[in-house]
This record gives sequence, C-alpha cells and structure tokens, in this order.
Amino acid sequence: MRGQGRIRRGTHDHERLARRVRRSEQWKALGLGLRMFRRSLDTVMPLAVALTATALTFCLGLVFLAPPALRLTQCMARRERRALAEEFGIEVAEAYQPEPTVEALPDGRYRFGRRVRRTMPGQWELDFQRFTTDPAIWRDLRWLSSALVLGAMAAVPAALIGYGLIGQLVPLIAWWAHHPGQGDSTVYTWFLARPDGQLAWPAHVLLGAAFFGGLGVAPAFVQTAGHWSAKLLSPPENARLQQRVRRLTETRADALDAQAAELRRIERDLHDGVQARLVAMGLNLGAVEQLLERDPAAAKALLAQSREASASALRELRGLVRGIHPPVLAERGLADAIKALALDSPLAVEVAEDLPGRAEPPVESAVYFAVSELLTNAARHAAAERVWIDVHHTGDALRVQVTDDGRGGADASRGSGLRGIERRLATFDGVLALSSPNGGPTIVTLELPCALSSPRTSTSSGKG
Amino acid sequence: MRIVLAEDLYLLREGLIRLLEAHGFEIAAAVESGPELQRALVELRPDVAVVDVRLPPTFTDEGLQAALAARREVPGLPVLVLSQHVEQLYARELLADGSGGVGYLLKDRVFNAEQFTDAVRRVAAGGTAMDPDVIAKLLRSNARDQPLAALTPREREVLELMAEGRSNTAVAQRLFISEGAVSKHTTSIFAKLGLAASDDDNRRVLAVLAYLNGS
Repeated sequence: MRGQGRIRRGTHDHERLARRVRRSEQWKALGLGLRMFRRSLDTVMPLAVALTATALTFCLGLVFLAPPALRLTQCMARRERRALAEEFGIEVAEAYQPEPTVEALPDGRYRFGRRVRRTMPGQWELDFQRFTTDPAIWRDLRWLSSALVLGAMAAVPAALIGYGLIGQLVPLIAWWAHHPGQGDSTVYTWFLARPDGQLAWPAHVLLGAAFFGGLGVAPAFVQTAGHWSAKLLSPPENARLQQRVRRLTETRADALDAQAAELRRIERDLHDGVQARLVAMGLNLGAVEQLLERDPAAAKALLAQSREASASALRELRGLVRGIHPPVLAERGLADAIKALALDSPLAVEVAEDLPGRAEPPVESAVYFAVSELLTNAARHAAAERVWIDVHHTGDALRVQVTDDGRGGADASRGSGLRGIERRLATFDGVLALSSPNGGPTIVTLELPCALSSPRTSTSSGKG
Repeated sequence: MRIVLAEDLYLLREGLIRLLEAHGFEIAAAVESGPELQRALVELRPDVAVVDVRLPPTFTDEGLQAALAARREVPGLPVLVLSQHVEQLYARELLADGSGGVGYLLKDRVFNAEQFTDAVRRVAAGGTAMDPDVIAKLLRSNARDQPLAALTPREREVLELMAEGRSNTAVAQRLFISEGAVSKHTTSIFAKLGLAASDDDNRRVLAVLAYLNGS
C-alpha cells in the first residue's frame, strides 16, 4: 500500500513537473516567434531591393545591379540560418557553389564557368556569374520572399495573447478615459465590449480563450514556421550530394598526392640507404672470399665491417618502418601507441584514454602521426614543458585533445604542419580545431567520425 | 642451462638454436606461436625463455603477452624478449613487477654472439639485460631531469652501462677502468640521484631503472 501511495504521489509530481515544463516551453516559443517576426521585418527592404534589381537586370539589362542585391539576399539568408541553428537548433547546410575561377588556356584564351573567351573577365563579370548562376542564391531569394509571411505566422500566438489581454483591459481603459459610452465604439467592438466599454461574460470567455489558446498553440505555430523557414533555406538532396562529391574529389586528390609523395620518400630512403649498404656488403663478402686464404686477417676485418654494415642497414630499416607504420601501433593499437609516444617525448606528457576497441588502421595511423607532430610542435615551437593528451570515443567519433602549457600563438594558416594534419584528417572527414591565444595554452582538438571494432586483442591474448 | 625459444621465422629460429647450442645451452623447446609458448613456459619451467615479441596467431605483441602471463603464473621466471624495435612502454611492462630476471633486446644484438649469450646468462641468473637503445630513449625522455643533468660525462657512461644490466666488473671491462673506479662512480651516481646504495649488482640496476622510469 505504501508503495502504491508513493507511486501515485510520484505520478502526481511527474504531472505537475510536466505541466510546468509545458508552460515554460510555451513562453519560450512565444519569445522565439516574436524574434522570428522581428527578423522577418528586416527582410522587407532587402526583398524590395532584390526584386527591383533583378527585374532591372533582366528587363533593362542593368547587369551591375544584380550581384550586390543578391549578395544582400545571401547575407540575410546566412543570418537566418545562424538564427535557426542558435534558437531552433536546426542546422541548415549551406550549398553555395565555389567562386568561379578563371583558367588561362594554352591558346591564350580564358575559361571561366562553361564559357571560353579571348579577354580576361573582370571582377564584376565573375560576380555576375557567381550570383546569377548559383541555384542556392535563387533558393535564398525564394525564402526571402516568404520570410514575412512566415514571420507573421510565428507571431500569431503572441497576437492572440495580446488580444486577449488588452480585451480584458478595455473596461479599465474606458473607465480611465472618463467617457463611458462616448468612446470609439468600433474599437470596443473589436474587443467584444458593449458600447459602454463593459464586457459581457461571453466576451470574457472568448478573450480568455484567445489568451490561453494563443499560449497553447504557440509551440506548434512557431515550430512550424521555423521548419518551413529551414525547409526553404535547405539545399535539395542533389545539391548536398554535389557538394559532397566536390569535397570528396578534393580530399581524394590530396590523399593521393600525399601517398605518392610518401612512396617517393620511401623509395629514395631505400635506394640511398639500405640498398646501397647491401651492395657494399655484397662487394665486401666477394672480397672476403678472395682474401680468405691469402690474408685471413684482412678477411676478418672485412667481415667485421660487413656485420657493421648489416647492423646499420637494419637500423635504417627500423627508422623507415616506424615512419610507414609504427610497430607499436600495429601491435597495441592507438591508445598504447600514443602512450609510447608520450614516453619517448622529452616533455612531461600525461595521457588519458578511453577507447573500448580499435579504429580502422588508416584512421589509427592518421591520428598517431597527427599526435606525433603535435608533440613535436609543442616541444619545438611552443617551448612547452607539460602536455596533456585525451583520447576518447564518443558515439560515432574519435576525439583527441592535445593541450600544452607553451607560449601559444600557433596559427594554422602559417604553420604548414597544422595545415598538413588538417589535410590528412580531411581524407577521413576529420577536422582539426585550434585554440592558441598568445601566452598559451595551446589546445588542439582532432575529431574523426569512425566506428570502433572488437575490443583490443592484447588483453584477450594475455588471458588465453 | 635449459632454454625455451619462441620465434616464428624458421631461419631465425634455426639460427638461434645453432648459436645457443654452440654456446652450451640446451634447447628444451622451440615454439612458434603464443599459446604454444605459454604452455611450454608453464610446463617445462626453463631456466630462461628467449621470446620474440611478435608471434602468431595475431602477429601483434603475442610473445610479450605470453611472457608476462607466464611470469604472473611463475613469478621471477627469467624471460629475454627480442624484437625488431624497442619501446619504453614494453620495457616498463617487463620491469613493472620489480623482480628482475628480464631482458629486452633488439634482434640485431644476436649478431654479437658473446654479448648475446652473456645477456641470456645474466637474465637466467635473475639479472637484467636492457638494450642500449631502450636506455638511450629513457635518458632522452628524462632530458629535463636535474639530478641526471648533474652527472659528469664519465658517470653518465657508467650509468648507461649499468642500466643495461651489467655488473661493476663488466662495466670496468667495457670502459677500460678499474673496478674500484667504477664503484667510486656508482657511489657518486647513487648519491646524486638520491638512491640508496646497494652491494648487489642486480638490485643496483633495478634501482636505476626504476628511477629512470619513475620521473
């Protein structure tokens, strides 16, 4: 029985809590709606400008008018996208086409967009090309022309509430104005008041209904308006795919370039190092063969030399292998490989890791070399003494944060190292975020979408 | 002296067997995978195990894991680990139980048969044999350590050789100095690092390694 009572009280509390949450959501929605309405008022002028400019451009040929007007449209759309992300939590992707580039052809002509011309196109032509041929910009214009309607829709609940509130206040206003019966009877009629400014009970009921109705429909109205706005601003699926293809093409080219450069480096290292040493060893052994009977002492010296050469060849190979794929990474996985890096670093490095399994080998390798480079940077450029590395997997992404207590001031656009890491991570849709104020600390965060496979093998083999 | 040998590459395994037998060791078993190794270690209880880090079936750190597991089961079981590369991380794991009887060497070290068999004997006797590369890495990552920086170049040489696991006699031979001079250096090193001196070679080595791993 006692248990039941507790449960009943529990559900009661739960209901009260739910009601309170609903109320606060309703008021929040009202605020969102009013802000959206406020923003939509700002779109009136840009819309007028954009429509006039495009009309003049395409009817009268005043081509210089369209680009600035469409740029303004784009600005407004960007602002709305930001607002939707911040207030509604709806992320709307941008899918503008990249700025058109001018390519000088070998025959002295110029290609831009799909056209080939004899003269170099001017800046305004590029702008015209960019703003009038991008479907995304026209989608922005489409949104701009309906923004006011959507804004008004978002403001409907607030209007209902205002109506209900002011209506209740009409008798008070009438009394305050000291001329009951002589006031503007049409205004009274709007608020369902009698000519003397008093409210009959059906009017009270209706005004109350407007107030609570406005509050009740607020979330639905505002959410719908927001969603419509987002829908109008979102690129269609094929635009998104186009953008994705463009990005994949870029990162694939980068990855292939990097791979080719890497192979060239390995070839050069093998050629100048291990190969040369093996040739020398072969020569030495040939000489030993001839000297063996005639001059055993010299043969012995040559043999010692050959052994030395084989040892250095091995040393070089070891360095090379470490650069291709570090053995500790292959044997233990990312977390332990980063710990090994931390141990080898001259800095005091602390590693915190939480990786329940292993990532794909290429991902592990990319992250390993990124961390290795960040540690080198911390020691060489930041003059850091301590470094903290945090490696963990959150849902569907691998996240690595490297923090140092150095002097900061790192700049990804100047440091080619950071740029290189960024490019390598981009192959895996990974990103690098850098925070490095002057005076430090420097925090670099890497994030790569990836899944983890089965739990690490080392502990299982340890048990078996 | 009975040895269990684990190495998956046929040529290298045969080479090691030949080398060890030529130097008077008895090969109790030569295996080529992690599970076999662990069984052999626990069943045969050899005087020392010579183990390659990377073994089938996973070709990861199978050998190291098997050796560590066997040492957990048979405390102090002497194990000499061979690898194509050396990692401080692995050295730390091998030394973690602080009981000695461990070695960790690059595979190249077998080129020098005398030094290699000396290392095997040292480990079998409960001493340590750390690769010079491991020690160099340890010292590099301790580059900011004040007491270490205060050592004279000669003391540093002595420290390096000692950390590899060599006795005072061996250090004296390597540096062409008298044993008395070595023990003088050793006393000075221990004082500078704030370690308690010890007459026992093995314990001295372990103290130095613990110091290098700790800071």
